[in-house]
Amino acid sequence: MTVVFWLTFGMLAVAALLGTIRLLLGPSTLDRIMALELVVVLVAAGIAVGMAAMRDPANVTLLLVVALLGFIGSVTAVRLAEGMERHR
Amino acid sequence: MTDVLAAVLLLSGGLICLLGAIGVLRFPDLLSRLQATTKPQTFGLLLVLAGTALRLPAEAAAGLGLVALFQVMTTPVFAQLAGRAAHRTGNVDKGVLRTDELREHR
Repeated sequence: MTVVFWLTFGMLAVAALLGTIRLLLGPSTLDRIMALELVVVLVAAGIAVGMAAMRDPANVTLLLVVALLGFIGSVTAVRLAEGMERHR
Repeated sequence: MTDVLAAVLLLSGGLICLLGAIGVLRFPDLLSRLQATTKPQTFGLLLVLAGTALRLPAEAAAGLGLVALFQVMTTPVFAQLAGRAAHRTGNVDKGVLRTDELREHR
């Protein structure tokens, strides 16, 4: 079972690395916001895998907060980026 | 038995997340990258949460269900807002669109 958790963690880490590369490359601001949103979701998935590994439900609240904050943050950033580019 | 199912769900969730990230890195334009972003956001996270729920007591699994519900509700909102912002700021190549429902009527 430990192998499963490490494999899943590994895949999430590689995915977060690829998302970070897109965050650095991203031609437009919207690309960067999307990449960050992806990384936030990967962090949430990592918290969930950690809970599964330790059989410890203490972090459910943290998971909820990360998921909701990620949504609010990226929606705000999208609207800000839209406003900035339109007034240019 | 439950552990085997949890392992399969966790691994497939991680794989979906990895594939989505590869898509985000490799796809050529903003709308297809947006499409690739939303796959880990819904399907990948749902699979991981299902796998986690099998390893936890039932009360904690209810909290995970709440996370899954919020994620399914908020991801389309984000994707729609991002797509509309991309269209309005001219980041979408209008030539590849078959129909353009956001076209402004004047």
